[in-house]
Amino acid sequence: MTRLSSPEKLECARKEIVAKIDPSKPCISVCAGAGCLASGAAEVIAAFKTELEFHGLTTEVNTRGTGCPGFCERGPIVMIYPGEICYLQVKPADVPEIVSHTIKEKKVVERLLYVNPATGEKVTRESEIPFYKNQQRNILSENIRLDSKSIDDYLAIGGYSALSKVLFQMKPEDVMGEIKKSNLRGRGGGGFPAWRKWEESRNAPDPIKYVIVNADEGDPGAFMDRALIEGNPHSILEGLIIGAYAVGAHEGFIYVRQEYPLAVVNINLAIRQAAERGLVGKDILGSGFDFTVKVHMGAGAFVCGESSALMTALEGRAGEPRPKYIHTAVKGVWDHPSVLNNVETWANVPQIINKGADWFTQYGTEGSKGTKIFSLVGKISNTGLVEVPMGVTLREIIEKIGGGIPGGKKFKAVQTGGPSGGCIPEAQLDLVVDFDQLTKAGSMMGSGGMIVMDEDTCMVDIARYFIDFLKDESCGKCTPCREGIRQMLRVLTNITTGKGKEGDIELLEELAESMGAALCALGKSAPNPVLSTIRYFRDEYEAHIRQQRCPALACKEMIAFHIDPAKCKACGTCFKQCPAEAIEGGKKRIHVIDQEKCTKCGTCFDVCPKQFGAVGKISGEPVPPPVPEEKRAL
Amino acid sequence: MDIKRIDEIIEKHDSEESSLIQILLDIQSEHHWLPKEALNRVAEKLQVPLSRIQHIATFYKAFSLVPKGRHEVHVCMGTACHVRGAQRVLDAVQDATGIKPGETDADLKFSLETVNCLGCCALGPVMEVDGKHHGNIAPSQIASVLNNCD
Ligand SMILES: Cc1cc2nc3c(=O)[nH]c(=O)nc-3n(C[C@H](O)[C@H](O)[C@H](O)COP(=O)(O)O)c2cc1C
Ligand code: FES
Repeated sequence: MTRLSSPEKLECARKEIVAKIDPSKPCISVCAGAGCLASGAAEVIAAFKTELEFHGLTTEVNTRGTGCPGFCERGPIVMIYPGEICYLQVKPADVPEIVSHTIKEKKVVERLLYVNPATGEKVTRESEIPFYKNQQRNILSENIRLDSKSIDDYLAIGGYSALSKVLFQMKPEDVMGEIKKSNLRGRGGGGFPAWRKWEESRNAPDPIKYVIVNADEGDPGAFMDRALIEGNPHSILEGLIIGAYAVGAHEGFIYVRQEYPLAVVNINLAIRQAAERGLVGKDILGSGFDFTVKVHMGAGAFVCGESSALMTALEGRAGEPRPKYIHTAVKGVWDHPSVLNNVETWANVPQIINKGADWFTQYGTEGSKGTKIFSLVGKISNTGLVEVPMGVTLREIIEKIGGGIPGGKKFKAVQTGGPSGGCIPEAQLDLVVDFDQLTKAGSMMGSGGMIVMDEDTCMVDIARYFIDFLKDESCGKCTPCREGIRQMLRVLTNITTGKGKEGDIELLEELAESMGAALCALGKSAPNPVLSTIRYFRDEYEAHIRQQRCPALACKEMIAFHIDPAKCKACGTCFKQCPAEAIEGGKKRIHVIDQEKCTKCGTCFDVCPKQFGAVGKISGEPVPPPVPEEKRAL
Repeated sequence: MDIKRIDEIIEKHDSEESSLIQILLDIQSEHHWLPKEALNRVAEKLQVPLSRIQHIATFYKAFSLVPKGRHEVHVCMGTACHVRGAQRVLDAVQDATGIKPGETDADLKFSLETVNCLGCCALGPVMEVDGKHHGNIAPSQIASVLNNCD
């Protein structure tokens, strides 16, 4: 591997790589992101290799493992080029047919195509699937174009040209100016303008400065950072080096959570490859600019995603936040100026440099420019990663891209912003998605988790869930957070177990107010899920407290399972499967649940054949007395 | 765990104090828990007080100060998995193994932990056994997955 010691050499290397690519040569791209790997992508890739060998096609067809294209619900995803044919939910057993049909005979395997549920039509090309068609995939679209382990692939699509441009045609101030003009706001939390932090660090007199990637992605339910760093690690690295040049830093860190082992492998590999090519290290591209970077694995603590805690963790200590009278941009890691940005924020940087701030600002709203990636999960038909321009409505995301709620259920709320965010109800679905509008609605953008909930989700339980989550994650250093969360959890647990009292809602509101005094944003924003559910779903809280009723029929302690004697056909399914042996039944005898023995596991409810639908849930009213023994014969 | 191996890990990280967490993570990942001797050795080599190492080992969830079972079962309790029934998956795992989150069974076969998010949220609910993900898992499938572990 030769070092690229000048911008010209970089362009030469790129030309050589591109010249070797034959666009007419078939290429089989299989998503090798963690989602598809969990659905068996590795086995599919292996099957393709064996099958191609069997047909003697190994040299005539390329196979590669790409980053995540986002449609994880339907993985493993296979794309065949040329033609951009997209096959979904591919199993190793489908591989021989794909090779013999599509590769050899250029025919499409119909049964593996996406079927539009609305029209019943089959869709061949990826870009025409509604899930993708309604997105603006500025960043994510690169994922599928490259092998995540190949620097050559990244160079082939123009990789490191932004870095080269910055180092040779722009002064640090120019870079700063471009980022400022783009008004790029942080994608990891509060939406703080990136240039402000950069400028603050740059202006700090200390000559030792750091730039840092926050890939801790603690928000449960969000996985866009994972997809980016796994799928296109070089783009993050390139963004980081550009930031370092602008700020005047020569060292950087990439903080990745250890729960993402593939991300750790891919980013380390990318750094090694870039170092071999002279794109990281001393005298980058012969410019005289030095930059080294280290990967630091997180060890499982949500609070370490917070900037000051993350920096403490980088120093090798327990990641506890500190008060930020002085910004971390001025005094961060080992008290040196440190710029921390989220993975997606860094991923935007090379594109802004290459295409210009004006290109970037054509997307988005007045205050929030560009696109944002959301992870659309929960009770939604098309789950996966969704990249849209800021300013689209929640309804567009949920209905047009997400395909609505599965199983004919009713939409109830969408949760954004993770444990610091809130729940947004149906009535607000036409809300425009940007940093400021979401905050106004009592939620926040956060890192982009978007968890859809349907009528079966209890909103009090969701509030309890987040507080329970935070109870384990509060570092315990400051009292308002540590004690406030504990007390809130106690009240919420009471409400969801039927022990709620009048005044509990007001008590929660009072506790929330006192938590504003917490040391870091974890504690300050912890009440948000509670406050937003009280704001929009107060009636659910009241039903729990006043009528001992869970309207969503979700809180285990407040529901009972009951078999409707008029509907039971004595099929014996629930009788056989009940793990608690709580069902009395028998041939041609109406089945009855023994409420004393029932553990409320819900198995009977799940297994009762749909056409009978005899098992129901009851809340807030007494369970009808069991049918007397002598009347049970059918 | 072999002291020589611990020394190798420490040297791989240039015996740097700032790499303390990374060193402990490497030991944890190879040995599946952090024995007292290992902590003592790290303290001695890096010249840091044992109390600081213990603070770290108890602060971060990735570390265990007690031996783990041969099979590590992680059930995701992240929001996406929660709304798709993670609690019932956890209940089924507890029934099948007889242990609660944070526990290891008496014959050191299974350890059970809950985790916040494995990043496969689109496939929720998700269970991970020895690093292998099982997506869209139904409570009724749990017993058969766990029975396949020896
Ligand atoms: C408790 C807590 C957890 C956080 N976790 C993350 C995280 O996992 N990833 C992230 O990028 N930002 C996280 N943040 C936000 C960071 O503190 C910080 O604002 C962000 O990384 C800055 O990058 P940005 O300006 O590019 O968004 C968290 C904040 C808090 C208070
Ligand atoms: S919430 Fe379970 S994998 Fe993300």
